[in-house]
Amino acid sequence: MSLLSVRDLTVKFAMRDETVTALNGISFDVAKGERLGIVGESGAGKSITGFSLMNLISRPGYVDRGEILLDGEDVVKMNDKRLRQLRGDKMAMIFQDPMVTLNPVLTIGQQMIETLLAHRKLSREEARQIAIVKLREVYIPSPEDRLDQYPHELSGGMRQRIIIAIALLLDPELIIADEPTTALDVTIQADIMELLLELCQSNKVGLILITHDLGVVSQMTERTLVMYAGRIIEAGRTREIINDPQHPYTQGLINALPQQTLPGHKLRQIPGNMPSLTNIPPGCPFNPRCEYATDLCRSKLPEVIQYGEVQVACHEVERLHAEGARQEQNA
Amino acid sequence: MFAYLVKRVFQAIAVMFVISLIAFAIQGNLGDPLRELVGQSVSEEVRQQLRDELGLNDSFLTQYLRFAGNALQGDLGTSYFFKEPALDVIMKKLPATLELVFGATLIIVGLSVPLGVYTAIKPDTILSRIIMGLSIVGISIPVFLTAILMIFVFSVSYGWFPSFGRGDVVHVWGYWETNFVTADGWMHIILPSFALASIMLPLFVRLIRAEMMEVLQSEYVKYAVAKGIRPWRIYFVHALKNTLLPVITVGGVQIGTMVAYTILTETVFQWPGMGFMFLEAVNRVDTPLIVAYLIVVGFIFVVTNTIVDLIYGLVNPTVNLARMGA
Amino acid sequence: MSTETVSPRAEPSRWSKIVNSNMGYSFRRNPVAVVSLIIFALIAGAAFLSPWIAPYDPYDPAQIDIMNSEYPPAWVSGSLPEFVLGTDDQGRDLWSTILYGTRLSLLIGICAVALQAFLGISIGLLAGYIGGRLDNLLMRMADIQLSFSTLMVAIIFLAVTQAMFGSETFNQYAVFFLIAVIGVAEWPQYARTVRATVLAEKKKEYIDSARVLGFGPMRIMVRHILPNSLSPIFVISTVQVANAIISEASLSFLGLGMPPSQPSLGSLISSGFDYIFSGSWWITVIPGVVLVVLVLVINLLGDWMRDVLNPKLYKG
Repeated sequence: MSLLSVRDLTVKFAMRDETVTALNGISFDVAKGERLGIVGESGAGKSITGFSLMNLISRPGYVDRGEILLDGEDVVKMNDKRLRQLRGDKMAMIFQDPMVTLNPVLTIGQQMIETLLAHRKLSREEARQIAIVKLREVYIPSPEDRLDQYPHELSGGMRQRIIIAIALLLDPELIIADEPTTALDVTIQADIMELLLELCQSNKVGLILITHDLGVVSQMTERTLVMYAGRIIEAGRTREIINDPQHPYTQGLINALPQQTLPGHKLRQIPGNMPSLTNIPPGCPFNPRCEYATDLCRSKLPEVIQYGEVQVACHEVERLHAEGARQEQNA
Repeated sequence: MFAYLVKRVFQAIAVMFVISLIAFAIQGNLGDPLRELVGQSVSEEVRQQLRDELGLNDSFLTQYLRFAGNALQGDLGTSYFFKEPALDVIMKKLPATLELVFGATLIIVGLSVPLGVYTAIKPDTILSRIIMGLSIVGISIPVFLTAILMIFVFSVSYGWFPSFGRGDVVHVWGYWETNFVTADGWMHIILPSFALASIMLPLFVRLIRAEMMEVLQSEYVKYAVAKGIRPWRIYFVHALKNTLLPVITVGGVQIGTMVAYTILTETVFQWPGMGFMFLEAVNRVDTPLIVAYLIVVGFIFVVTNTIVDLIYGLVNPTVNLARMGA
Repeated sequence: MSTETVSPRAEPSRWSKIVNSNMGYSFRRNPVAVVSLIIFALIAGAAFLSPWIAPYDPYDPAQIDIMNSEYPPAWVSGSLPEFVLGTDDQGRDLWSTILYGTRLSLLIGICAVALQAFLGISIGLLAGYIGGRLDNLLMRMADIQLSFSTLMVAIIFLAVTQAMFGSETFNQYAVFFLIAVIGVAEWPQYARTVRATVLAEKKKEYIDSARVLGFGPMRIMVRHILPNSLSPIFVISTVQVANAIISEASLSFLGLGMPPSQPSLGSLISSGFDYIFSGSWWITVIPGVVLVVLVLVINLLGDWMRDVLNPKLYKG
C-alpha cells in the first residue's frame, strides 16, 4: 500500500465575486521512501498541493472534494487534534524562504525543542540532545552554540539546514519541500539539495519536492508530476518524462532548459503566459500556447490517459508521437 | 550596548537642554518677579537697584547659566502662591498623579492584552464584534467627557462612587500618601483610573488586535502549525511576543499623552495631583510653578522614553544594541 | 502645470470611475459606512448652515436673557416650548448654541488638519527626497515631537500664551491659536508616512527617467511622488480630524480654548459641568452626545477607508 494516496483533490478559493478553482481533481500516490517531484510554473497549483497535504489551506481557500489518504487515514476529514499529532511527526514540511520561516524572537533551540516536546514525552535535556544530533546530521558546525542563537544571527543557507534538521527531528515518513532553495544564493542551492537527497536516502524518508526546476527534479526524484493551471497534465517516472516527454507543455519546459540550448543560441521559451485561475480557457487549458492545438483542444478538456510508460492529458498525443518519430527519421 | 546607552543618554540630555531653554524663556517673559516681590508702589530707582541685585540686568547667557545651575541643584524657584520652593510643591502632588497613572496602567495592561488577543484569534464571534464596536466608541469619547459622564452616572445618579478628591489616604514615606490601603481610598481612585484609561484602553486593544492578526498571517506562524505545535503555544509564545514589540514602542509614545490626560482627569475629579495644580498655577500666573512643572514633566517624558527604548532593545533579539550605538 | 489641466470631459468619467471602483463598491456594501456618511453630512450641513437654521443667535447679547437660564429640554417637565433642547446657564438656546458650537469645532478641526497636512507633507517630501543629515535631523525631531504628545504641547503653549496676553486678547484670537497649535503639533504623522513613500518611490526607475528628462525636484516630488502617498494621506486625515476635534474640545474644557462667549462643543460641555450636580445635566450631556456622535462617525469612516485602501502606514 502506498504511503500517501491523493484522489480527486479539488481546492477552491472563495473570492469576493466568484469562486476560483486552484486545484482541479488531482490524483497521485507516493510509496514509502519514494521521492516525487511536482513541477510547474508559479500559479500552477504546486504549492497549494503541498499545503493541502498538511491540511494547511486557510481561508478563503478550502478543500472542495477529494481525499488525501495518509496510511489510509483521510487528512481532509481529520479533527484538529489528530492533525496536530501528524504534522511535524509523520509528515514534515520545509518552507520556501528560510529568512521568514523561523520565528525571529525565539532561539533555534526553543524552536527545535518545542517540536520534540509537542510530539514525544521527553525531558528538555533529552530533547536538546536530539536537537544537537540532528543539527550535526545537517553539518551545522558547533551545534551546541547554535541552539542559543536567534535566527537573524545565521545566514540563509544555515537557516535552511536548520529547517531541514527540524523536519527530520521526529523521523517523519514524508517530507514536503516547497521550493526549498528558491530564496537562497545560487552557490548554496546545490549543497542544500544534495543534503536533502542524502538525508532522505539514508533515512528512507519519502519526499515531495515542489519546484519549477526540471533539472533539480531529474537529479532528486524517482517520479514526477507536471502541473498546469491546477491540473496534472503529465505524470510518470522522472527518467521517462525527462527523456521522452509526451505533453507539448512538458516538451516546452525541457526545451527551455539552458542545457538544451547550444551556447550562443537563443533560449527556447514557451510563448505566452499561464492563464490566471480566474480566466482559464475552455478545452485544454494549454491550448492558447500550444502549436499543435486543434478544434477539439479548444472545446473539450482532455482526460488523463496511459500512454506508454506515462500518464498524459493531451488529445493529440498520438499524432505528436508520430510526428516526433518522423522528424527523428528525417534528422 | 554601552555605546547605545551613551548615545541614548546624550540625546536625552539634548532634549532636556531644549526644554530648559523653553522654560527659561517662559520664566523671562511671563509675569514680573519684581511686582510679586515688592508690589507696584516702589520707586523706579529702587526697582533698578533690585533688578541689579536679582541679576535681571545680566546678559542672557549669564542668566540662563544661573537658571540651569540652580535647576540642576533642584532649585526651580519659589511658588508665588504657596510661598514654598516650586519643586517641593510639585513633589507633594506627584504621588497622587503617579498613583492615578498606575491605576490606569493596570487597567490598560490587564485588559488590553486579553481583549486584543481574543479579538485577533476569534475575529468573527459576536463577543469580538461587540468588543471592537465598543472600542471605536471608546476612542471617540474624549477623556474629560468620559470622566464627566462617569460622575453623572455613578456619583450623581446612583451615588455608588465619590465624585471628587482622594478620600482617606495613608502616609507611606516622604511625600508619598497612598490610596491603595483603605477602602475609601480605593473607592476614590476607581472612577478616575477608569476615566484616565478610557481612551488608551480601546486604542491598545485595537493596536494589539491589528498587530496580532498580522503576525498570525506570517510564515513563521504557519510553520509552527506545520510543526504540530498546540494553538495556545502558537498564540502566546510565537505570536504574542512578536505582537508586543511594536506595542512597546507605541506605549512609550503614549506615556506623554497619558500625562496630558492626567490634567483633564484630575481637573474633572479635583484630584489633588500635579495636573490639577498646574491648571491652578496657570490661572494664578504662578510662573515659577509653571516652569517647574514644565521641567519635571519634561524630565519624566525623557526618562521614560529612554527606558522604553532600552527595554525594546533588550526584548527584541533582532535589535543589535552594540551596532546601533556605532 | 497649465499644460496638464484636466479637460472638462474627463470630469464625469472620473466621478463614475470612483463610484464604480472598488471603493464605491465596498461603500455601497457597507451599511455602517453609508450611515456614518449620512450622519456626518447631516451634522456638517446643519453646522455650516447654522446662521440660517438656528432659531437664535447665541453671539447676539440682545437675544439672550439670563432669566431664561437652565430651562430643561422639551421632553422634561418645566420646559419652555420655544427652547427645544432647553437653555444653558446664561439663558442661551441650547439647540442654537450647539449648532454654532459644532460649526466652530468642525472648522477648527478641519483647518488644523489642513495645516498639519501641509507642514507634514512638505517636511516629509523634503526629508525623503534630500535625505542624509537633514533627513536624520527631521526624523529625530519627529520622534521627539511625537513622544511629547500633542495635547501636552498644546496645553503648555496655550497656558503660557493665555498668561502672557491675558484672557481678553487670548479669547479674541483663540480660534487661531487652537488651529496653529493643533496644526503644528501633529505634523510628524504625515511627515513619516510621506517620507516612507518617497524613499520607496525614489528607487524606482520612472523617477530616474523623470530626472533625466530634466524635470526639477519640485515637479518630480509633487507630480510623481506625492500621488503615490495619497491613500495613506486620506486615511490619516480622517483619523486626524477626529483627533483634532477631540483635542480642541479637551483644550476648551480646560479653559485654554474657546471662551464661553463663543462656545465650541468643548467649552459648552465645560460650562455645563458646573451645573451637573444641581441637576441641569442637559447643558453637558446633549453637546457631549453631539461631540461623540460626530467623532464616532468620522472614526467609522476612517476605519472603513483603512480597510478598503489598506495603505502602508508608518508604524513606530
